[in-house]
Amino acid sequence: MSRLPVKKTYKLFIGGAFPRSESGRTYEAEGQNVARGSRKDARDAVRVARAAQPGWAAATAYNRGQVLYRLAEMVEARVPEFAELCSGRDEVEQAIDRIVWYAGWADKLPQVLGGANPVAGPYFNFTIPEPTGVVAVLAPDEPPLLGLVTRLLPPLVGGNAVVAVASETRPLAAVELAEAIATSDLPGGVVNLLTGFRKELAPILASHMDVNALDVCGSDGDAPELERLAAENVKRVVHGRADVQSPWEIASFLELKTVWHPMGQ
Amino acid sequence: MSELDRKRDRTPAPQDWTYAPAPESRDVVSIAEQYGHFVGGEWLEPAETYETISPSSEEPLARVGQGMQQDVDRAVGAARGAFADGWSSLPGSERAKYLFRIARLLQERAREFAVLESLNGGKPIKESRDVDLPLAAAHFFYYAGWADKLEYAFPNRRPRAVGVAGQIIPWNFPLLMLSWKIAPALACGNTVVLKPAETTPLTALLFCDVLRQAELPPGVVNIVTGDGRTGAAIVEHPDVDKIAFTGSTEVGKAIQRQLAGTGKKLTLELGGKAANIVFDDCALDQAVEGIVNGIYFNQGHVCCAGSRLFVQESIAEPLIEKLKRRLTTLRVGDPLDKNTDVGAINSAMQLDKIKELVAAGVEEGAEIYQPPCTLPEKGYWFAPTVFTNVAQSYRIAQEEIFGPVLSVLTFRTPEEAVEKANNTPYGLSAGVWTEKGSRILWMAQRLRAGVVWANTFNRFDPSSPFGGYKESGFGREGGRHGLEPYLRFDE
Repeated sequence: MSRLPVKKTYKLFIGGAFPRSESGRTYEAEGQNVARGSRKDARDAVRVARAAQPGWAAATAYNRGQVLYRLAEMVEARVPEFAELCSGRDEVEQAIDRIVWYAGWADKLPQVLGGANPVAGPYFNFTIPEPTGVVAVLAPDEPPLLGLVTRLLPPLVGGNAVVAVASETRPLAAVELAEAIATSDLPGGVVNLLTGFRKELAPILASHMDVNALDVCGSDGDAPELERLAAENVKRVVHGRADVQSPWEIASFLELKTVWHPMGQ
Repeated sequence: MSELDRKRDRTPAPQDWTYAPAPESRDVVSIAEQYGHFVGGEWLEPAETYETISPSSEEPLARVGQGMQQDVDRAVGAARGAFADGWSSLPGSERAKYLFRIARLLQERAREFAVLESLNGGKPIKESRDVDLPLAAAHFFYYAGWADKLEYAFPNRRPRAVGVAGQIIPWNFPLLMLSWKIAPALACGNTVVLKPAETTPLTALLFCDVLRQAELPPGVVNIVTGDGRTGAAIVEHPDVDKIAFTGSTEVGKAIQRQLAGTGKKLTLELGGKAANIVFDDCALDQAVEGIVNGIYFNQGHVCCAGSRLFVQESIAEPLIEKLKRRLTTLRVGDPLDKNTDVGAINSAMQLDKIKELVAAGVEEGAEIYQPPCTLPEKGYWFAPTVFTNVAQSYRIAQEEIFGPVLSVLTFRTPEEAVEKANNTPYGLSAGVWTEKGSRILWMAQRLRAGVVWANTFNRFDPSSPFGGYKESGFGREGGRHGLEPYLRFDE
């Protein structure tokens, strides 16, 4: 008698845990029942992201780099599983390499993006990048894994916490990635992944007063309306691309702080 | 007569410590009866005009144009034409030389501009002469040097100009804000349509004469005057590629909403409610000077003003005592008098807003202190004001007053100071006063604000990036970072 496999329940990833949608709803995608996140799920995700963000930002840059590198290790350990949920092994390998590339940026950002400013007076003056805070990301549909990784890593490496809405049609790679994140030493709440209907979730995050930045990459034509909603608390709106890798992507989710101090005896 | 009587007889009368007036001469400025819009290097006759006045005397100074849709259309057309017709393809080294010329001309004509700034805006000549003008010239000088070095500013990116920049500036630092906007825009190869604030158009209009002297090609800089309707026409214009706005958070949000989906670049420098945090181990006298500079500089018409003072409980009483005593020495009056510390409120509208919020502070239960001072009868004036016994929930602790009004609150621990300081939707600036170095850096790291002044306040420099967190806006002005809003990158 052949063994009956144990099937997975596809759930949300909020605060380091895997809850079902509080609404009890699911929808079918890629042949599976996937949690259909609600307004309350989105709000819960923002709340835990806000709580987790200061700790993540306060970790040393070296530590943040290592934790993200650990995420690459966790994905590497599941290459066959991921390959089945995206375009294949190539995409998974590119995603891993991209995570490693960004992990290495954590402790270089202030040197490349900040600096000392030669003001005309007896002051020491310097500018450093700091995380914007809580970032909402609308992941693109394609490529399902690499696209999500491309949009997730820039805000993360800079010390932000993220609430990401997975692709509506290709959410399984995102759920798989959540499982890798859960075992990667990334503190709970730093990354939160919502599956569900984008048209339902995106406006909630775009208008949320405790979200600081919005990446409309996967907004699928709704960007203008989301941008309008985002103005209510002057969100930073980023038109992210699914295929780009650059420190300037990280910079989109950073603020610049300038500090002055007099020099004297 | 005894020896003593003879001595007494020679004793002079008790000294009169009031200052004799020391007015700066107005001769250096000549103001035309009427100004048009400066478009394509020429003066465009305005269809409608309004009167601009001196807020310190309500004396009419000139009539200026109320920019209409057709004026904005022509200005944008001129800017587009100049962009396509040479300016964007001019070598950076040549653009630089125009900017250096402008910097030098501003230095040469500094006194003329300073007097006009104080006349039209109400700020003390001491400030327009020693802060606004030197910084405005320095800004042009700084960005001039970037014009032919842009490829070194952003490693591994290929920068190019955005196109036509629409720029809308406030009335608190009219010429300085103009230079913050125009200098980086031109350095990056853009052309400009700028609207000065409704109440303070005159130095921007005088600046057009500097452009003539600098022989800047026509259409590279266009100035259209008017009220909010003129600004809206610039924001909505389909041929404007980038909007830079400095002003209120309310208008900033409206602009962000309006630009949604247009793909136009946007930078916003909006309101603030800065915390100025004073620890018990500070140098007390210096801190008092910093507090005064933080909130009474430019009548408190400063988006980064230190309008919320947080004092550690243990020194609250002596500090407030010293602060009140210091306030009695501030001289409020004629902006053109070289002894004046606090000038006129910029407009009747702003004065009403200040009065309304101050009344709300009294109503809500805060304790008000104003030093004895005689305010001039004509013009718009408000005495330097300190509120004590302020709760965080009071409007005067939450809303931007944009006037010489300080709210004093207290705290016990550094953690509490950080939490209270950050408890605002704004995040433009903050101040910290302590002689303990590690605490300065600890605080600076935790304050959610774009500029942190430690043991100083309200310092500005063209090489130092300025701009806000949260609802104080996005984008930076000044420094290398101030170039980015005016560039596109081919990647």
